[in-house]
Amino acid sequence: MPLHTSVPRTLARTLATGLCALALSSTLHAQALTVSAAASLTNAFQAIGQAFEKANPGAKVTFNFAASGPLLAQIQQGAPVDVFASADQETMNRAATAKLLADGTRADFAHNTLVVIVPSTAAKTPQALQDLAGADFKRIATGTPATVPVGRYTMEAVQKAGLTDALQPRWIFGESVRQVLNYVARGEVDAGFVYRTDALIEPEKARIAFTAPTTTPVSYPIAAIAASKNADAARQFIGFVRSAQGQEILEKFGFSRP
Amino acid sequence: MLTPLWLTLKVAVLATALAGLAGIALGWWMARKRFPGHALADAFLMLPMVLPPTVLGYYLIVVVGRNGVLGRYLDQWFGINLMFTWQGAVIAASIVSLPLIYKAARAAFEDADPRMALAARTLGAGELEIFLRISLPLAGRGVAAGLMLAFARAMGEFGATLMIAGNLPGKTQTLSIAVYDAVQAGNDAQALWLTLLISAVCMFVLVVSSRLLQSRH
Repeated sequence: MPLHTSVPRTLARTLATGLCALALSSTLHAQALTVSAAASLTNAFQAIGQAFEKANPGAKVTFNFAASGPLLAQIQQGAPVDVFASADQETMNRAATAKLLADGTRADFAHNTLVVIVPSTAAKTPQALQDLAGADFKRIATGTPATVPVGRYTMEAVQKAGLTDALQPRWIFGESVRQVLNYVARGEVDAGFVYRTDALIEPEKARIAFTAPTTTPVSYPIAAIAASKNADAARQFIGFVRSAQGQEILEKFGFSRP
Repeated sequence: MLTPLWLTLKVAVLATALAGLAGIALGWWMARKRFPGHALADAFLMLPMVLPPTVLGYYLIVVVGRNGVLGRYLDQWFGINLMFTWQGAVIAASIVSLPLIYKAARAAFEDADPRMALAARTLGAGELEIFLRISLPLAGRGVAAGLMLAFARAMGEFGATLMIAGNLPGKTQTLSIAVYDAVQAGNDAQALWLTLLISAVCMFVLVVSSRLLQSRH
């Protein structure tokens, strides 16, 4: 019998110890900064996060990468986010309208360009938007226009070129710019719209065909969230992104200065 | 707003039919035959139930994607491309729901009295006739319960479907993906309506199918 009862008791004790440790570690990390950033910033911000932690011993940055639309929806629902960086002004404008941003913290920190990429195995390389209406490009990927900025930039460019109807049946919508990149790299689509910085990540699997002219420049705003409990650290992080060191890292990943 | 509903029903009905044919045949086979590797085959057939749907989705991309091991030839020989199509969603949903039918059918066939089939055989019935007129009716309730669960699972399928069929409004956007899309866009009112709609449809399916199962007895 003693053997019988001791097993669950030991188990309970182990579980309790584990839970305590978990609770303790989460309070210890309460000073950690949560940064919600556009998917196209993934690699650059990871590098910035490492540099920031190195420059500020004790600081801990956790990133939440997704398309800007879903990130905004999360913040609207009260997600504990300290800093928000989106891939377009419109998403940040919506955040501002909803009074989610801390006053005076919004700033543009990087620029990018919209490019059309094709799988590296593709036989034909389009030279301009008009070429995408040709028979070789049956499936063209971009982000879901309602939630993914790259989709919005794409639709603006396509509309300006008068190709909205011609390309309408060909769209394959991705959840983020990185999914569009993945669709092209796998050869599942014939062409895709991504940012130049994304195309640079998969040079073996996808190649840049041409730069697509956008009516709105691709600029990245960053801001602290009003409900943040780490207001000082949030401002510090934004300052770091905009500093010479931060800008240097962004340039290394192909972004240009605002 | 009704387009995702019709698409979901179309995908779920076809997926249940596909998984039903395969699951009943496999359940019957596995209940009657014993061969080396039987347990391994059983585990393999149950795998879609325990694997995360994203893993299944990835397998599907690797197999039927345009450059996949099978997809390459489907594309070259027949011009068939399952990626980003509702047919791809059917494949995904039938694979995730297959274990539910297979398991229920196998158990039902194993529970059926084997003497019935033996008696039919002594009376000169062929194997197909025995299956259709003795074994299948005897296993009817179990198989029907499996089909019902499979249909419900197919209706709610999300992960594998999103990976292979994508999120294309009007083409591959099923109810579960439409809900996800509405929440992502911060469109709460639409998310709520879609959620109520899918809940109502699922309740309807469950009530109707349990009525059918009861009246059969």
